[in-house]
Amino acid sequence: MIAELFFSAAAHSDQMIAFAGASEGASANVFKTELSPAVFIDLALLTMLVLVAWQTVKSRHLFAVVMLSGIYSLLSASFFITLDAVDVAFTEAAVGAGISTVLMLGGMLLTTRREKPVVPGRAPVALAMVFAVGAALFYATIDMPAFGDPNAPANKPGSIGSEYIAQTPKDIDVPNIVTAVLASYRGFDTLGETLVIFAAGVAVMLLLGVGSGRGGREIKDRPDKDEEGTS
Amino acid sequence: MDHLILRITTKILFAPILLYALYVQFHGDYGPGGGFQAGVIFAVSFILHSLIFGLAHTQKAMPQRVLLYVMVTGILFYAGTGLLTMLLGGNLLDYDVIVPQSTHNAGQHYGILLVEFGVGLTVFSTMLTIFYHYAGRVPEIDPEDW
Repeated sequence: MIAELFFSAAAHSDQMIAFAGASEGASANVFKTELSPAVFIDLALLTMLVLVAWQTVKSRHLFAVVMLSGIYSLLSASFFITLDAVDVAFTEAAVGAGISTVLMLGGMLLTTRREKPVVPGRAPVALAMVFAVGAALFYATIDMPAFGDPNAPANKPGSIGSEYIAQTPKDIDVPNIVTAVLASYRGFDTLGETLVIFAAGVAVMLLLGVGSGRGGREIKDRPDKDEEGTS
Repeated sequence: MDHLILRITTKILFAPILLYALYVQFHGDYGPGGGFQAGVIFAVSFILHSLIFGLAHTQKAMPQRVLLYVMVTGILFYAGTGLLTMLLGGNLLDYDVIVPQSTHNAGQHYGILLVEFGVGLTVFSTMLTIFYHYAGRVPEIDPEDW
């Protein structure tokens, strides 16, 4: 049954894209995301994301948790690619799976290797909270438009997204619209973002390395054995 | 740590990763990428170097003192582009005034390149600074306690 659907969807996917473009005028018919091979890839990726998240919650070994969070980022990046958000996927792969994993490992080396055991009395409260928030989020997704719906508020003519797509060839004339929005239309926002990164670097320097930017004294968390004996 | 295969692989990969970061940096108008991603990739190659050859070696090649200046230079590059457009009579970060008589938005292209370069410099140096400061501390626990 599923295989049948799969093949018919694959055979008709070209026509369906054409149909989705043509149906813009008739706003009465409801748009549905068509069953294409990409949907099965999405389902597989999302299933793996849930499994990795479950393992992350279960594991008490921090090294495993750091590695799982890296895998989680890589899976998210693949998921973003199937959503055609290559810029976001690129950032997620470079920052989430690359740098964050290394920094978390570096941070973990300075603390313990295992998470502290959970306080047993609080577990039911936490579970109830998680279920309540999860149910609310599920309820909220019912109202959301289907992926790629031309009648969704974000895709309607006159909305900010379609304005950027329409104006970029005239105003900026670069092929990558994401770069045009990030660096030109919203250049002031990006200046703020860069300042935030700068501030993060300065904060880490102030907290972790006294004077080390100028080659100052070496920093140790653990006092030397002989120092401990004299004090 | 003396792993021959890892050392050779790092030596082979180090320069191509830097080159790829530069491609991502200056090709951001045409494909996915830009200053943020390029800065991270540039920093990653140095992190890889320090994981294999040790932090002291990497800090000799790229000292923290230099990173501090690069960090500030990146921000000043970005803000300076904004100031330049203001001095030329436009709004802050209104790149059209850089080449006002252009028929194909050359001012926008220059502006985006300059601004993304500033972002790349700051992101690269900040990421490497954070890594240096985490990795440069003597851990509280012995490695034998694993």
